Amino acid sequence: MASAAKSRLNRISRSQRGTEESPWVRAVLIGIALLFSGLFLLLPLANVFAQAFSKGYAHYIKALVNPDTQSAIVLTLTVAIIAVPLNLVFGVVAAWLIAKFDFTGKALLLTLIDLPFSVSPVVSGLIYVVLFGLQGYLGEWLLDHDIKIIFAVPGIVLATVFVTFPFVARELIPLMQAQGSDQEEAALTLGASGWQTFWKVTMPSIKWGLIYGVILCNARAMGEFGAVSVVSGHITGMTDTLSLRVEKLYVEDVAAAFASASVLAVLALITLGLKTWLEHRQAADLARAQAVSLEAEDTDAPPRASTPSDSTAAAA
Amino acid sequence: MSIELRNVSKQFGQVRAVEGVTFTVKEGELVALLGPSGGGKTTVLRMIAGLETPTGGDLFIRGERMNDVSVQKRNIGFVFQGYALFKTMSVRENIAFGLKIKKWRTADIEARVDELLKLFGLDGLGARYPHQLSGGQRQRVAIARALAPKPSVLLLDEPFGAVDAKIRQELREWLVRLHHELNVTTIFVTHDQEEALEVSNRIVIFSRGKLEQIGTPRDVYEKPANEFVARFIGVLNVLELKVQNGQARLAELSFPTHGVPEGNTLRIGFRPYAVQISSQLGEYRYRATLKHIFFLGVLLRLELETPSGLTIRTRIIKEEFNRLGIAEGAEVSFQIREYRVLSREGDSLSAEVPVAQLVSLAEGI
Repeated sequence: MASAAKSRLNRISRSQRGTEESPWVRAVLIGIALLFSGLFLLLPLANVFAQAFSKGYAHYIKALVNPDTQSAIVLTLTVAIIAVPLNLVFGVVAAWLIAKFDFTGKALLLTLIDLPFSVSPVVSGLIYVVLFGLQGYLGEWLLDHDIKIIFAVPGIVLATVFVTFPFVARELIPLMQAQGSDQEEAALTLGASGWQTFWKVTMPSIKWGLIYGVILCNARAMGEFGAVSVVSGHITGMTDTLSLRVEKLYVEDVAAAFASASVLAVLALITLGLKTWLEHRQAADLARAQAVSLEAEDTDAPPRASTPSDSTAAAA
Repeated sequence: MSIELRNVSKQFGQVRAVEGVTFTVKEGELVALLGPSGGGKTTVLRMIAGLETPTGGDLFIRGERMNDVSVQKRNIGFVFQGYALFKTMSVRENIAFGLKIKKWRTADIEARVDELLKLFGLDGLGARYPHQLSGGQRQRVAIARALAPKPSVLLLDEPFGAVDAKIRQELREWLVRLHHELNVTTIFVTHDQEEALEVSNRIVIFSRGKLEQIGTPRDVYEKPANEFVARFIGVLNVLELKVQNGQARLAELSFPTHGVPEGNTLRIGFRPYAVQISSQLGEYRYRATLKHIFFLGVLLRLELETPSGLTIRTRIIKEEFNRLGIAEGAEVSFQIREYRVLSREGDSLSAEVPVAQLVSLAEGI
């Protein structure tokens, strides 16, 4: 009888929360989500590795140690190493400007930051070709001074910086706007210089958002195809990034193409892992803080009687 | 004199936030800047701190002109409305921040922080982070942080705004005690007239960017400089009377004309406490019905209605009310014991018109 009552109680408690769906609705929703991510995300990912190893382990290794592939890996990492720090600095400066100051042209700056997201990457690449290409506005001048941008590494870096520009700034702007400038002002009144305020107060409070933005920016910088494809010139062993190399190899040797793709996939998985770990750490930070404040008894009242006359009054 | 503002103004674009404000705060004083929101009081506080630069006038701290001195060099302590604690730092690090910036020796910093933690009743909370504190604790940390580098002036922006009513009362008393002990010149901004009256030595009243009056709490309450102050400090009932046949009249009430010509309007104001009530119908001049009784605690608010329908609001102490032995619906007699002439021109609602001396019943009627 007791168990019957208990199961009834269970049933009631299960169905009584207003926002909870019935079990079969839940099952269907979860099923759709799993099916979708399995079909469109997991399966292709698994396929990359399956294809990469389709001609055996030795072929896979051989594809990777190929000097042209090696050069593509190095180029991809080089571009990321240049583009990400640049956008880190640009992003922080832009977010700082937009969040903490009012100036004419603020709306324009906000729109400009979003531009790379709204323009097709191929068009982004073309912009640089039109500017710096041989037939471009600055082409002749650059040729005269022997500076190579298009079909060279600088062009690839420029295109990548352009395409990945919004990630850090977009991540930081809402964060900094929400925080306001009270803490910075407090630091100033305590004697801190602008520089000290930035490093000791602003930076620590945007740390998580910044790291998150950098990770996203890095993922895109390594994976970018469209913009880079337009400006690189596809010179094997020189201006091929990993993405471009995959495309080229696909025509010659499918397994080798997938081997290169698997390197990109691994880089993406590392990025994803880092991101998940960060979110986890942040949540853990929060949970720990809440646990502490819960056990803390609330001593809200100001300290009693610090003057002698008052303490005697309190004693009486 | 510690702080002096001479004809200080501040303009934000087209908006004049502060216009020609002049006042002096003496060394060791506890002064309230009081006014409705948008009155310019916070802007004045921020100009004293150096967080805003005046667009006109001069600002002196201890006799030195401060207009162009940066906020870092003014040696002020500022407590922000939302406290603005550094949320990535512990309580201890928050309080030590200003000392580290000023390059105090580590041992001195430790000693100073310990001293402040003790003084502010924060022992044992040094390792906590701001989000682990209650509102009242946060406020004390904010004040401790501001006081740590031993500033010559402590500035507080709406210090009690963010804590609930019960704690607010205790914090007020505590601030007064703290000021008494440390004797540091303190200026705080508030929109709560009760808070200003209770806590400060002197009150500076602002409205729409202008200084309306400066004086002790008693001064501004008893001798308001103009109608704005009179209405802002405490409760003021205003009557508009029409002058007819040598008397200023409104419904049954009649007052002397105070020199207002026939056919014009006389405005008078009186505090709710100035109304005397009796259950004896013959005792006072006017008659009314007690319409409503609002219980406020020690005080009661009464609404009287005269036979012609005019409503008079009064306040009365509970004991006095019990002594009268009246209930809602009772017939009473009443009179207005004292009042002020607010303006003699009926159409003028201007706050700038000076308020005449208090007219007491003996000389008035």
